Amino acid sequence: MRTLFDKSVKGRMAVVPAMPKKHAEDMLPHNLLRAKPAKLPELSELDVVRHFTQNSHKNFSVDGNFYPLGSCTMKYNAKVIEHVAGLAGFSKLHPLIAQLNHGEQYTQGALQAVYEIEQYLCEINGMKAFTMQPMSGANGEFTGVMLIAAYHKDKGNKKTKIVVPDSAHGTNPASAMMAGYEIVNIPSKDGMIDPDVLEAALTDDVAALMMTCPNTLGLFERHLPKIVEKLRKIDALLYYDGANLNAIMGKMRVGDVGFDVVHLNLHKTMGTPHGGGGPGSGAVGVSERLEPYLPVGRVVKNSDGTFKLNFDYPKTIGYIAPFLGNFAVYVKALAYIMRLGKAGIPRAAEYAVLNANYLRKKMDSFLNVPFDRICMHEFVSSPPEGMKALDLAKALLENGIHAPTIYFPLIVHECLMFEPTETENKDTLDELVKLMQEFVEKGKQDPEFLQQMPLTTPLRRLDETYAARQMILKQEEE
Amino acid sequence: MPYIPHTPEELQEMLNVIGVTSLDDLFADIQADMRPKSFNIPEGKSESELTAYFEEMAGKNKTDFINFLGAGYYDHYIPKAVDALAQRGEFLTSYTPYQPEVSQGTLQSIFEYQTAVCRLLDMDCANASLFDIGHSLFEAGMMAARHTRKHIWVVDEAINPIWRKMLATYSANQNVQIVTVPHNNGISDKNALIKAIDDNTAAVMVQNPNFFGAIDDYTEIFAKAKEHKALGVISVYPVMQAVLKTPGEMGADIAVAEGQSLGLPLSFGGPYLGMMACRKELVRQMPGRIVGKTNDLNGKEGFVLTLQAREQHIRRAKATSNICSNQGLCALRSIIHMALLGPEGLKRTAETSMYLARVLADKLAKLPNVSLLNSAPYGNEFAVKLSQNAEKIVSVMAKQGFLCGFPVGQYYQGMENVLLLSCTEKNTEEQIDKLVTTLGGLL
Amino acid sequence: MNNPENLLYAESHEWLKVGGKEGVIGITDFAQDSLGDITFIDLPQVGDSFTKGQEMGTVESVKAASDIYMPCDCKVIAVNDKAIDNPEIVNKDPYGEGWLIRVEITGTADGLLNAQDYAGKCVH
Repeated sequence: MRTLFDKSVKGRMAVVPAMPKKHAEDMLPHNLLRAKPAKLPELSELDVVRHFTQNSHKNFSVDGNFYPLGSCTMKYNAKVIEHVAGLAGFSKLHPLIAQLNHGEQYTQGALQAVYEIEQYLCEINGMKAFTMQPMSGANGEFTGVMLIAAYHKDKGNKKTKIVVPDSAHGTNPASAMMAGYEIVNIPSKDGMIDPDVLEAALTDDVAALMMTCPNTLGLFERHLPKIVEKLRKIDALLYYDGANLNAIMGKMRVGDVGFDVVHLNLHKTMGTPHGGGGPGSGAVGVSERLEPYLPVGRVVKNSDGTFKLNFDYPKTIGYIAPFLGNFAVYVKALAYIMRLGKAGIPRAAEYAVLNANYLRKKMDSFLNVPFDRICMHEFVSSPPEGMKALDLAKALLENGIHAPTIYFPLIVHECLMFEPTETENKDTLDELVKLMQEFVEKGKQDPEFLQQMPLTTPLRRLDETYAARQMILKQEEE
Repeated sequence: MPYIPHTPEELQEMLNVIGVTSLDDLFADIQADMRPKSFNIPEGKSESELTAYFEEMAGKNKTDFINFLGAGYYDHYIPKAVDALAQRGEFLTSYTPYQPEVSQGTLQSIFEYQTAVCRLLDMDCANASLFDIGHSLFEAGMMAARHTRKHIWVVDEAINPIWRKMLATYSANQNVQIVTVPHNNGISDKNALIKAIDDNTAAVMVQNPNFFGAIDDYTEIFAKAKEHKALGVISVYPVMQAVLKTPGEMGADIAVAEGQSLGLPLSFGGPYLGMMACRKELVRQMPGRIVGKTNDLNGKEGFVLTLQAREQHIRRAKATSNICSNQGLCALRSIIHMALLGPEGLKRTAETSMYLARVLADKLAKLPNVSLLNSAPYGNEFAVKLSQNAEKIVSVMAKQGFLCGFPVGQYYQGMENVLLLSCTEKNTEEQIDKLVTTLGGLL
Repeated sequence: MNNPENLLYAESHEWLKVGGKEGVIGITDFAQDSLGDITFIDLPQVGDSFTKGQEMGTVESVKAASDIYMPCDCKVIAVNDKAIDNPEIVNKDPYGEGWLIRVEITGTADGLLNAQDYAGKCVH
């Protein structure tokens, strides 16, 4: 392993910008300049290209590997959506142009894209309005909870708590904290919210319940109508964590069934690539009563069909992003949605659920599947007693398949959570089943076999304790 | 069926295995009264229809302006190798590197990015990215509030107003109070900033160059902060940082930057890149992912995500931040960009941008009815005072094919005649002459 | 699990050794085992005062983080810098070299468990 800095040779250059006509020392007083240049790597263009190309070979990716990674919706990322988002008409557009006097006329295409995706997301989810500003799912959660807080404040409600089920993603409580709330955790029963426990938690000072539906166990929340009713009684709002929307899009609209605010992970459900950790897009939709508080600026359509930016919303919570969020990401999502259309959107959910249930049925003979009922787009399972989820996950890596999500949700012992998505074919699913069965059988006879995995990946198991204790977080200068 | 591979035979076989007769049987939990009340969406488009549709839409944006508009977001040249490498499917379609055995490509790139950010900003530790600079400023403020257990942020009014609006929005429900210190005609009022710092201050926040383009040395302010056990936070422009005095040299505790100028297209507002680096003592307060170096079972060197106990998936409500997804691919673009330019290339980019800004400033200052806003040192951006409303001038100039800058009056009352202009190395002296001639004709 | 008889235990997995007005506090063998390899310990400063049940520090491993709660009302009189510098000693010897703080007990040590009762609380 050699880094860019190891390969650096003094005086080597890749891109060679023209020699400046004046140097900084001749343009600025000495005391405002840095003492010595930043020690960035010095390489040729081929050095750089080869370095990153070789490193890319050390990555799994959806393009190269099956990722049955629960809760992450690692579906295929269509190539056409990259093309449209990269069009020069979008990529070269300065964001401030739209807010200049008469500037909107130069950005009609971009404003149209924002308007159209908001309209599509409203219709798909049954919401009144959307904001595209949130730059990730967690950022969307924060935005959503801030909207809830603004609503209660405006109504004069004294609300201090947000209820979060124990199966929720860690971002839920963290986001609610950032928005100034106290968190009330409630335990699940039979994989779902227990209406009696919820009832007890719903005191008058509860601002909202954050729900993931289907939940992180892959189960549809059967008590949903009852839950909505209970919340209405105390003027608490219902928040929908859209991490698992891929299971139900086109089959149920969260606005229709009583949710007041929803964040989506467009990088999951709407097929934009994960980019090794981001950027995502965490669009937030709201019901009518929350609309006045949405972040600004907002794109509105004029009576003549043109678009403009409007900042005049006195009750707005303000700015979540500097402009309109991760534009180039949600342009991809818009293209994906338009490609699928009316029939394709529910179909994606249907086949995602089909694939998950097929895997569940095929695996329940050798894994413990705690909930013997139709699951949605993902399901949880545990290995036989004594076997580690981690070891099975690592064995899959050895065989070119990415690990499922492990040890989440925390409420399932040695959890293995599979989400195949709709874009994988039956052969790929069968291969996963065959491998998992082999590993479980071999692991029973020879536990060491699994503990050794993986053997031939670019690196074997890494020492995370050493990393945390030593804290080598950068390469020191020589 | 786009992106769904199942044949009818396979579908039937799979339904049989599951023990249901139709796809809709899988959704029995969603009762009839919970089904969509409407689903008024057009039928899907073919790939060629889709491409044509978006090409037409993109064509409605005007991107061939002669451009002098920056205001925090700059049109620097992006080498073609950045796209070629960052768009590789192995990077683009990979997940967060939670399985390090098969994610060394991403992990090593982040480690290299962290190293480059530390060297550019002259700080000890960097994280793997935040959303953008506004978000980074907020998280820096929260780090300071936790570290100092105090709650006042002293904020320079000469910090980009958009980022200050984000600060206000994000901190609205936190136990934090923002004290804004007015600028003095586009120059940070350092005396007033120093006076504003006291024992209740958690952080003092400044920007270099500031929104008006003015460059300063904030060493004294950070020294004063230290006396009062407050943290010094500075926001910088990474390209200019190739030549400017560093956050480290000034004694800042946390440095943040908008990474857009390092290899990211303007893209109508995003995705951008929130850079963050800090002193070693603060690393456990840092939000977001961090990559560390370690060894594998065979003793081979490699990288993993580390210090994860700070993060939401472990600490939930007590995490340092709620951030999960970050701007990973943008960070990758920026490290590729920095590697292609190197220290000399980045310095040349900064110097040519600065040189052109001086040519522009000199020519503008010779026009009647135009004067420089102040005499502060500047980099590639500066403000001028016009004899009339800048907003109007910008709008008229746009009709003539120029983005001649940002009308400062949009954010600062009483500065309606002030125009903020910037140059990058992409501008030419010919463009500058054209701009000056056209503008001269209007004033 | 090895839980010495001469110590008192909190349900939140801290131990207290009382010696006159002074006490020594650490985390239990069960706690260190559940956390796995400890990578970081955050402790209060000498002179800080706490009430029983108050959060006084944190222990982190690679995959978990756990708050440490004060088992009695007290004032901190010493902090084990060796444990901060080498957190692995808390894994190796949680009741000996891996102690965390020494305190002056300002209240009572009531409500804590003996070794036998504490053992009953140690289930994953």
